[in-house]
Amino acid sequence: MGILSRKATCNTHGQDSSYFLGWEEYEKNPYDEVKNPDGIIQMGLAENQLSFDLIESWLAKNPEAANFEREGQSIFRELALFQDYHGLPSFKNAMADFMSENRGNRVSFDPKKLVLTAGATSANETLMFCLADPGDAFLLPTPYYPGFDRDLKWRTGVEIVPIQCTSANGFRITKSALEEAYKQAQKLNLKVKGVLITNPSNPLGTTTTRTELNRLLDFVSRKNIHLISDEIYSGTVFTSTGFISVLEVLKEKKLENTDVSKRVHIVYSLSKDLGLPGFRVGVIYSNDDIVVAAATKMSSFGLISSQTQYLLSALLSDKNFTKNYLKENQIRLKNRHDKLVSGLEAVGIECLKSNAGLFCWVDMRHLLRSNTFEAEIELWKKIVYEVKLNISPGSSCHCNEPGWFRVCFANMSEETLKVALIRLKMFVDGPSSTTRSQSEHQRLKTLTKMKVSNWVLRLSFQDREPEER
Amino acid sequence: MLSSKVINESHGQDSSYFLGWQEYEKNPFHETLNPSGIVQMGLAENQLSFDLIESWLDDHPEVLGLKKNEESVFKHLALFQDYHGLPAFKDAMAKFMEKIRGSKVKFNANKMVLTAGSTSANETLMFCLANPGDAFLIPAPYYPGFDRDLKWRTGVEIVPIHCVSSNGYKITKEALEDAYERAHKLNLNVKGVLITNPSNPLGTSTTRGELDLLLTFTSAKKIHMVSDEIYSGTVFDSPEFTSVLEVAKDKNMDLDEKIHVVYSLSKDLGLPGFRVGLIYSNNEKVVSAATKMSSFGLISSQTQHLLANLLSDERFTTKYLEVNRKRLRERRDRLVSGLKKAGIGCLKSNGGLFCWVDLRHLLKSNTFEAEHSLWTKIVCEVGLNISPGSSCHSDEPGWFRVCFANMSDQTLGVAMDRVHGFVEAMVMNTNHGKQKRTMWDSRRRSLINKWVSKLSSVQCESER
Repeated sequence: MGILSRKATCNTHGQDSSYFLGWEEYEKNPYDEVKNPDGIIQMGLAENQLSFDLIESWLAKNPEAANFEREGQSIFRELALFQDYHGLPSFKNAMADFMSENRGNRVSFDPKKLVLTAGATSANETLMFCLADPGDAFLLPTPYYPGFDRDLKWRTGVEIVPIQCTSANGFRITKSALEEAYKQAQKLNLKVKGVLITNPSNPLGTTTTRTELNRLLDFVSRKNIHLISDEIYSGTVFTSTGFISVLEVLKEKKLENTDVSKRVHIVYSLSKDLGLPGFRVGVIYSNDDIVVAAATKMSSFGLISSQTQYLLSALLSDKNFTKNYLKENQIRLKNRHDKLVSGLEAVGIECLKSNAGLFCWVDMRHLLRSNTFEAEIELWKKIVYEVKLNISPGSSCHCNEPGWFRVCFANMSEETLKVALIRLKMFVDGPSSTTRSQSEHQRLKTLTKMKVSNWVLRLSFQDREPEER
Repeated sequence: MLSSKVINESHGQDSSYFLGWQEYEKNPFHETLNPSGIVQMGLAENQLSFDLIESWLDDHPEVLGLKKNEESVFKHLALFQDYHGLPAFKDAMAKFMEKIRGSKVKFNANKMVLTAGSTSANETLMFCLANPGDAFLIPAPYYPGFDRDLKWRTGVEIVPIHCVSSNGYKITKEALEDAYERAHKLNLNVKGVLITNPSNPLGTSTTRGELDLLLTFTSAKKIHMVSDEIYSGTVFDSPEFTSVLEVAKDKNMDLDEKIHVVYSLSKDLGLPGFRVGLIYSNNEKVVSAATKMSSFGLISSQTQHLLANLLSDERFTTKYLEVNRKRLRERRDRLVSGLKKAGIGCLKSNGGLFCWVDLRHLLKSNTFEAEHSLWTKIVCEVGLNISPGSSCHSDEPGWFRVCFANMSDQTLGVAMDRVHGFVEAMVMNTNHGKQKRTMWDSRRRSLINKWVSKLSSVQCESER
């Protein structure tokens, strides 16, 4: 009899070892414009640092919100005691409005169908607990956010079966890929409870098309299963052919108030759009009353601090702020995105054409020694140790084609991005690997061998930062 | 369509609570606006010492303003989602916990895991220490929320350790062995014992003798010892609070990897809304796994920042603990003497935000039906929402948990008047004859029917 649970001693929290290495290297030697200009630049962190000034200036003009005050009166006691898992009404109203605004008010959210959770991490796990039993499966299009291996599977016992998407068609979800995934689950004796998509996608940075959404709704309707749409990046869409939420398509197909609409659930968070991952703000939205009721009770295990609910209810109820923020944030994200894309283009590196997110899905297949994941990891290590950029290898996102990398662009200053691009240029333009001198090869081999054994040693001591989306 | 966790609704939220809560919410007491409403005495909140915190906040406006040495810390906090927690906050919590224990125990921030409330801490510990189908032994009566927190999503079972009023509810060796055997008869693998010290709902701290007994037991059985010390800062009377870690030290078990402590600021500081909990463990693997699991319930960095500042102010924490204890004791004394005047006794307590009240002499019969009947009367006729012992898994009918720290002095006075009135009327009623009893009976029947029909639509939270 083990003294601890199986969950505590196994490795299904899925924290990927290759990440560990990249993170560790970054932490040992983090880039700083002034203090450590030769350090590793963090490009594996999907944070949005571009629009804090907008929030800070709002805070400076509205000190009440952070000071536990409402209309000149202290509400400290009220907030200190407020632990109602139904959430602060003013905050839910503000969130519902904000989410509607994010969708151009083409759909409207009912605050009564909202469940507040401590981050989308908590929301996703909670939905699994509500919709699936241990041993059931959810289908997820690849490539997907590595954190899902932990969030959806670890404590819930739910399995993930990938819906294989490929670069051949821009990683779009096809009917045959869906059917194939479903069959695969059946082969593994897994009962499929639903499909989970991230729209816009992490790591692709693309919004799901209307066609795909229609396809998905048809599929879940036929199979009588759920559809979860994690729309955490919905506010990062920076083109006008913007974001289409699955709720919009439901409306278009006149499927509201039908059985299938009860099986469509949305997850949202303020971690990406507003850049506030530290505040732990997530949301589940569901048309199924029973799901809302159960998830509400489960949210006891991860409620949002009332202090934070109050601050954000004030921020998000300010429609002048939200309108301006969404617009300005999108402009800045597009700007950054374009800089990264053109910088990469200039050195012959293409990206998947994207219109959202805090990262690009970069095609480095032509830099691989061979079309294998070993070659991908080799290239990745080179980029981490030599080019000194921590980026995320596609294999960690379960991509089935080697050579793709996720590169973040919104978690650093413009200057730092320039430095990163210069380094990449030097790497690409510099002596190719086939003409590299013997000694450099030797050095690289020794380095790689050393790091690999370190890596193997550390497999059981993973205690590093949580994954960033 | 949905998971069995949802369909079976084994979150254990007690239906009797529902009625009490619902009645209260329909008709909440207010000193001026609704003086005949129901007084909430089922909520273990500490509302007695907010002024101390408010005055500290007034003196330190830069903390809420997210400034440190005139520099904004907003961006740093906005991005801070490290599940290892804000170092300054963990250090401050460690110091605070040491202070509560009179520095008899040292806490190392590296062995601490922050969670969104102790609700999250307790569930996370279960996920780390037990597999579905395993069991934890818990002394009864216990906090009704454990049925949800420890069992619902984890699949862990609770087997009660029977404690009785005849010996002041002390945990005995026999009771431990008996619980252990019962678990085995049910084919459950016992993974540990979980105690709440001081106890909810009893309001008594676990004695040194009991702690020694518990550690001897868990050590011999090679199982875990979890001590939920959420009320540790509310001990206001002797005996002094003794943490399990103190006794472990005495037994040379202070580095034992099977002893774990849970804490929170919801009771001592009265801040349940801020969701601040923690797990403390010498077991590296537990700390490591629990830290990763805390991703599912991290504390808002905004809140960590506020509390790091508040709790690292030693002058504040020393004064707060002292004043808070004094006020709690005074309140408890008022409740106890008020009840005594009505001929009602309480278990002698030395901590907590409630008293364990003996109403056995008011029961029509020594049964839980009679307890429910009495409780319904107290909620609906006397207008006091208190918690019946059955909801806390008490073995003996007639005990009730009555909270005293979640209301003003005046309101407590009103509650006491009502109790006196009620007891007098009960005495008179036995002399008055059938008429009044029939009226009460039919009203009670209709309320019990309402309760039965609502068994499936539980809506409110269970409070400690």
